[in-house]
Amino acid sequence: MASPTPLQAFSSIPKETEPRNGENSVAPGEPMTGAQALIRSLEDLGVSVVFGLPGGQILPAFDAITPETKFRFVLTRQEQAAGQAAEGYALSTGRVGVCLVTSGPGATNMVTPIAEATMDSVPLVIITGQVAADAIGTDAFQESDIMGITYPIVKHSYLVTNAQDIPRVLTEAYYIAQSGRPGPVLIDLTKTAQTQSMQYSWPQKMILPGYKPTTKAHGHMLQDAAELLTTAQRPLLYAGGGAARAQASRQLTQLAQLINAPVVTTLAARGVIADGDEHTLGMPGMHGSVAANGAIQACDVLVAIGARFDDRVTGDLEHFAPHAKVVHIDIDPAEIGKNRRVDVPIVGDVAQVLDDLNEEIPQVRERVESADLAPWWRRIHDWQSAYPTSYESAPNGQIEPQWAVQEIARLAAPDSIWVTGVGQHQMWASQFIDFERPSSFISSCGLATMGYGLPAAIGSAVGAADTHPVWLIDGDGGFQVSSEELATARQEGLPLKIAILNNSAYGMIRQWQDLFYNGHHSQTDLGDGDEDSASETSATNSHAAAAKDNRTHAVPDFVKLAQAYDCVGLRASSKEETTAAIEQALAINDRPVLIDLRVWKDAKVWPMVPPGASNSEIIYQPGITPLADQSEQR
Amino acid sequence: MAQYYGIRPGSQPHTLSVLVENRPGVLARVTGLFARRSFNIDSLSVSSTERPDISRITVTAYADPDPLEQIIKQLNKLLHVLKIVELDPDQAVERELVLIKVKANERTRSDVLEIVKLFRVRVVDVHPETLTIEATGAQGKLDALMGLLAPFGVVELVRSGAVAVTRGPKALSEKVPGTEIGEFMNR
Ligand SMILES: Cc1ncc(C[n+]2csc(CCOP(=O)(O)OP(=O)(O)O)c2C)c(N)n1
Repeated sequence: MASPTPLQAFSSIPKETEPRNGENSVAPGEPMTGAQALIRSLEDLGVSVVFGLPGGQILPAFDAITPETKFRFVLTRQEQAAGQAAEGYALSTGRVGVCLVTSGPGATNMVTPIAEATMDSVPLVIITGQVAADAIGTDAFQESDIMGITYPIVKHSYLVTNAQDIPRVLTEAYYIAQSGRPGPVLIDLTKTAQTQSMQYSWPQKMILPGYKPTTKAHGHMLQDAAELLTTAQRPLLYAGGGAARAQASRQLTQLAQLINAPVVTTLAARGVIADGDEHTLGMPGMHGSVAANGAIQACDVLVAIGARFDDRVTGDLEHFAPHAKVVHIDIDPAEIGKNRRVDVPIVGDVAQVLDDLNEEIPQVRERVESADLAPWWRRIHDWQSAYPTSYESAPNGQIEPQWAVQEIARLAAPDSIWVTGVGQHQMWASQFIDFERPSSFISSCGLATMGYGLPAAIGSAVGAADTHPVWLIDGDGGFQVSSEELATARQEGLPLKIAILNNSAYGMIRQWQDLFYNGHHSQTDLGDGDEDSASETSATNSHAAAAKDNRTHAVPDFVKLAQAYDCVGLRASSKEETTAAIEQALAINDRPVLIDLRVWKDAKVWPMVPPGASNSEIIYQPGITPLADQSEQR
Repeated sequence: MAQYYGIRPGSQPHTLSVLVENRPGVLARVTGLFARRSFNIDSLSVSSTERPDISRITVTAYADPDPLEQIIKQLNKLLHVLKIVELDPDQAVERELVLIKVKANERTRSDVLEIVKLFRVRVVDVHPETLTIEATGAQGKLDALMGLLAPFGVVELVRSGAVAVTRGPKALSEKVPGTEIGEFMNR
């Protein structure tokens, strides 16, 4: 058979009912159903784990999964969790995460993970069931136009109505998801395509005429960048998630050493260069370190490496790195110049570009004299010693959550993988844990989805549990968004360690209420920690007051919740208990362990750049703004 | 920078030619990109080309250079988009078709017909109370025509949206990478 044209290839609803050219009868290969071809394709792609949950319109595909199937199927309790587990898997292993879910509600539950994967450039292939081809558009039972719903948030998507297209579509989707700028690819698989018979053959030829990611940089751009970097008096490397995705850890570390430049790593890039490396200044931006933000505001050459000038990093864009010439390295041409004007644009794979740049620099040095960086480093070291990461002490011996994070990091194995939810605990994890390996910090960065933690930890553990222990640091709020996945973790026998920094509140939102809404704690009290929190919050209406009076217990009791799922539940209300609970948790390796850490509720994340302000207005501790005069200074 | 509202006072008109694979859903992906960045598409015309497997989308929009560049880059990321060019008005032929139903009674009909003759356009429907006029041309000509017809009372007006090709012997589709996309359509 001639290789299919993209138009044959496109699996829309055929406009004629008769088969094209009697195609099905001529295709060579092994006869099977589309559903069997799907499973076979996944095996032939080398997929080793699939996350998901069955349903009516995807039943043929699930029926084709047998004890002989070569991949592991991880059954989650909600599709969103399947998607997030696949993300955790992808981030911890560097491989494509694959999900298989049903149509309608199963598909719409995937919308959040798809949006997350786009924001954080995570390679995912999501296969959703779809109603029969001739029922599409009739509002059939459990039909949803998931293609239409997800157009703005996928890297690419397919509607498959013809079984014969399945192996090729799977090949293309898998390739698209992981090449270029990684991202989510959706395959909407009609029941028709699953049940039709077809002829299976492998490998498949891809037909992607409009897809040609650039990986290698244009020659003189590298030279320009090398010259700028060599002559810079205050250079700074700004590494983002793209550096992590490109697995450019070695190249980045080498560049930092080569030119002796400081490096800041965004939330998505924590660990890309070891925190122990003397060039690392930590995280920039809203909750970044003073040294990192100071360096950004004062640098004369800024090299953005797989970073996209997110507003959580830049603060007020107009006053971001005001004196800097910018070199921007990114595989996605649309990122270059999107937010910040660029002096040297370099489109290419970050690892490849850095390798080439690292070769270029010594040559440039033979011609051009390097600048003396000693004054620059003196300034940076001054910031580091005057404004180290620190935190306020809690009253009455309560546990400071920052201390708890440090204590866990002190006792945990150094090669642990750290996963977080979203909120204060996420920022403290980034600030107070030293990440020495790439892919050792996993978090929802761009979309910042509360509830991401447990499923992502499950995916990470499935991907890397044999080699690295997995710790989840979550908030009591976020944990409750997906706590049902304890069942998945238990059923899969994952030795997850879960630390809930339980401040009995949506802590990060409460912090903003304290700072920007006159302490009006509207709807941020969770009442799942200290029992008297209910009365502490001013109840503004009698309903709420009555409801809170009735409550005599923390809801839920996280220890009992863990036990209900046959996991181990521990509680700690003092520092001694915390240390003991962590040690106890480290000794258990046959099931998940959850520690309910009752932490001080009023702890805040500092430093902080107020929303919309310039990074120069960073507040180190209330009343201390060390960079306030930065914008005028050089 | 980072100002993606399409239109601001003083924005310039631009014409983009976008070659795409001819298949369902492509137009939704393309127009969705404009919508997301709150670009107002001024006109849009789409149909297949000299190659049935390729469609050509002509978009005209008012935009500032930065948002326009971002839109072009984002369009380029769509896998079904094969080629995008912004047409230089001096190097391109641009045409639009309009149908105008204008009031014309015994007293005014001859005046309207005089304008029709002057502009070398055609009357395609006659009614005791109206004339329907078909006109093709560049935007300037059509604007002038409509300006002259307006005083008679325009009952109904429909415009096709601009189509455009570059001058000279070259076809845009020659630049499409990996030209063996396919010969026939999935119809
Ligand atoms: C799905 C979702 N809803 C709402 C938010 C807004 N939000 C951001 S942080 C936060 C509070 C998180 O509370 P918790 O998980 O207890 O963590 P803490 O900040 O207390 O450490 C909320 C509600 C979000 N990020 N995601």
